[in-house]
Amino acid sequence: MIRRLFVVAAVAAIGLGAAALEAKEWKKIRIGVEGAYPPFSEVGPDGKLKGFDIDIAHALCAKIGAECELVLQDWDGMIPALLAKKFDAIVASMSITEERKRRVDFTDKYYQTAARFVRKKGSGIEITKEGLKGKKIGVQRATIHDNYLTDNYGDTVEIVRYGTQDEANLDMLAGRIDLLLADSIALLDGFLKTERGKDFEFVGPELRDKRWFGEGAGIAVRKEDQDLKKLLNDAIAAIRADGTYDKIAKKYFDFDIYGG
Amino acid sequence: MIDLALVLDNLPLYLRGTWTTLWLTFASLALGLVLAVPLGLARTSRNPLINGPVWAYTYFFRGTPLLVQLFMIYYGAAQFVWVRESVFWPLLSQAWFCALLAFTLNTAAYTAEIVRGAVQATPRGEIEAARALGMSRALVLRRIVLPSAFRRALPAYGNEMVFMLHGSAVASTVTIVDLTGAARIVNSRYYSPYEAFLTAAVFYLVLTFLIVGLVKLLERRWYAHLRPRPG
Repeated sequence: MIRRLFVVAAVAAIGLGAAALEAKEWKKIRIGVEGAYPPFSEVGPDGKLKGFDIDIAHALCAKIGAECELVLQDWDGMIPALLAKKFDAIVASMSITEERKRRVDFTDKYYQTAARFVRKKGSGIEITKEGLKGKKIGVQRATIHDNYLTDNYGDTVEIVRYGTQDEANLDMLAGRIDLLLADSIALLDGFLKTERGKDFEFVGPELRDKRWFGEGAGIAVRKEDQDLKKLLNDAIAAIRADGTYDKIAKKYFDFDIYGG
Repeated sequence: MIDLALVLDNLPLYLRGTWTTLWLTFASLALGLVLAVPLGLARTSRNPLINGPVWAYTYFFRGTPLLVQLFMIYYGAAQFVWVRESVFWPLLSQAWFCALLAFTLNTAAYTAEIVRGAVQATPRGEIEAARALGMSRALVLRRIVLPSAFRRALPAYGNEMVFMLHGSAVASTVTIVDLTGAARIVNSRYYSPYEAFLTAAVFYLVLTFLIVGLVKLLERRWYAHLRPRPG
């Protein structure tokens, strides 16, 4: 009996100790990234991850003084993987939305851009309820853009959902879909500015409606990791203040990506 | 806990997905079977000009993953301008056609080998007896070889039908909203992988039971002569 009590106490002590350690120290932060969303996150020809998200993640870890371990994860499994503790934070251009906030917590935004449609030059498609009728629109599954289309045009257009933005761009190129809807910067740098995208152009206004497009991209953490959220928020403020952020941003963009 | 309301809300989506899975699976099985019988017979030929190409075909399609075959047809073909300007593009640009093509070629390869094995296992005596009765080669094939080969092939073919049903899940990777595609949409909208995929799993289980039941029924009919008779 006594021995059993001792075992229980020992197990409890180890458990508490581990919990305390986990809660206090973030020596190593595992970060979920997508790796298929240029220019924010992509796998380079040398097999290494690169992009704005990747640089920001490394800068934040450096500021916190923790080791960064980047974990590649498909987009539509991102939040479940975070909740399953496959990693501790998501730095993957994830927009801060009410829907997602029910499952995870977000830091302050680290950038904000608008969404836009892309059409083939000369196709003459206009972004109105009438103009979109019966059109095939390619979108990345489980994104704010997917939700926006589903809620606003779900009954009049054919929504074609892809696992990655790259796949959607490929099918746009192949002519399988009439329009793309995605983040304007991802479309500009990942598609329109590239050799493949020369026959395509933006159409329609910049979409920024908070209800669908949120308050910008933030870093998602589990709700119980409030300490990590605070560390990350402080780190975002710090790299904004000391010029690290601007240095990284300048590498990729010739305008203010942080947004107003 | 399982969120039943979420599943019920999305039931129409799952039902549409089930329909897509069903027709894709059975259309490719039917087309594949039609291809597989002559291909399987060709594989029993001793002439290398007939046997060889079919061997290469079944070797390739049984030796590579279905997912890779589908990607080669869907994304691979679209890469070439001459394909996009050809008369086949209206079909090849459709996701359902690419899936149907990949699935048909895949199941035809497996089924051809099943047919080959069953035909080669025909007892020589049966063929010799039929020839002795004056039947032509075609008649022997039609009356003796194929009927008994189909009987022998049925259990293996039942497996192939179930494999094809499960294999059809890869259609969801090329924008087709089949049963798995429906589950992925639900998962991504509500971040509830458990409910989303468990529901799909239940649907797949039911479909599998239906196929297994169908094969059982056929076995009862085709193997009636082998069953012990009362009295």
